[in-house]
Amino acid sequence: MIFSFEIPLLILLLLTAAGAILVKDLMSAILLLGCYSFFLSLVWAWLGAVDVAFVEAVVGAGLATVLFLLTLFGTAPKDSRLRRPPPPMAALIGLPLLGILLLYAAKDLPQFGDPNSPANSHISPTYLEQSFHDTHTPNVVTSVLMDYRSLDTMVETVVIFTAGIACVLLLRRKAS
Amino acid sequence: MNTFFLFVLLTLAVLIGAYLYRVLQGPTIFDRVLGLNGISTKAIILLILIGSVHERVDMFIDISTGYALLNLVGALAVAKYLEQKGLP
Repeated sequence: MIFSFEIPLLILLLLTAAGAILVKDLMSAILLLGCYSFFLSLVWAWLGAVDVAFVEAVVGAGLATVLFLLTLFGTAPKDSRLRRPPPPMAALIGLPLLGILLLYAAKDLPQFGDPNSPANSHISPTYLEQSFHDTHTPNVVTSVLMDYRSLDTMVETVVIFTAGIACVLLLRRKAS
Repeated sequence: MNTFFLFVLLTLAVLIGAYLYRVLQGPTIFDRVLGLNGISTKAIILLILIGSVHERVDMFIDISTGYALLNLVGALAVAKYLEQKGLP
């Protein structure tokens, strides 16, 4: 970490999240959600998780906006303003307590980039040393994803394929 | 050099905040769409700058290109929606 640029990014993230909840019509909420996932992808990029940032920017900020708009196009009446009831008291009290609990637990996590943390010392060196010998693939991430966890990846592909078929069936135009 | 990047990143974040005010406050839907487009122009530069800080510009250029393409698709989808359904 060179300097903490996360702080302005997190402030922008919180502003867009609060705006998406508080705004008065569905269209603006969709636009603000696209903005929100874009700032989230900036946070991932700043932390160095390039793949996650790529997926978040393309799917979250680009495709999800279009899919939400298609949903609104297919379902909503012309008046898309929101009339929401006030939140229940249990949520107003319970959720901040849950957040404080999670922040308290986050103190015990290992430092960012700590070489002695369990994630970096337990199984990762084995993959880094032996993946090229096992799979003959220069990219470690690809060899883990496509070789060691190939069944997992295949079932993920099945899930995504099913979701794609469902989207096509729902969104196709009726031939008139 | 890192100090320079710090100032550029912070300036861009402040500029994004100015656009975000219009997105959050904007009375009509067009204000919000234009604000989002402005944010995306700043954000593409921001992604490449983050890439320069991490010294992995090639990866980040891919991300910013994908984001720029899909942001255009998003703006077109909003325009198409407003054309078909009329103004909210």
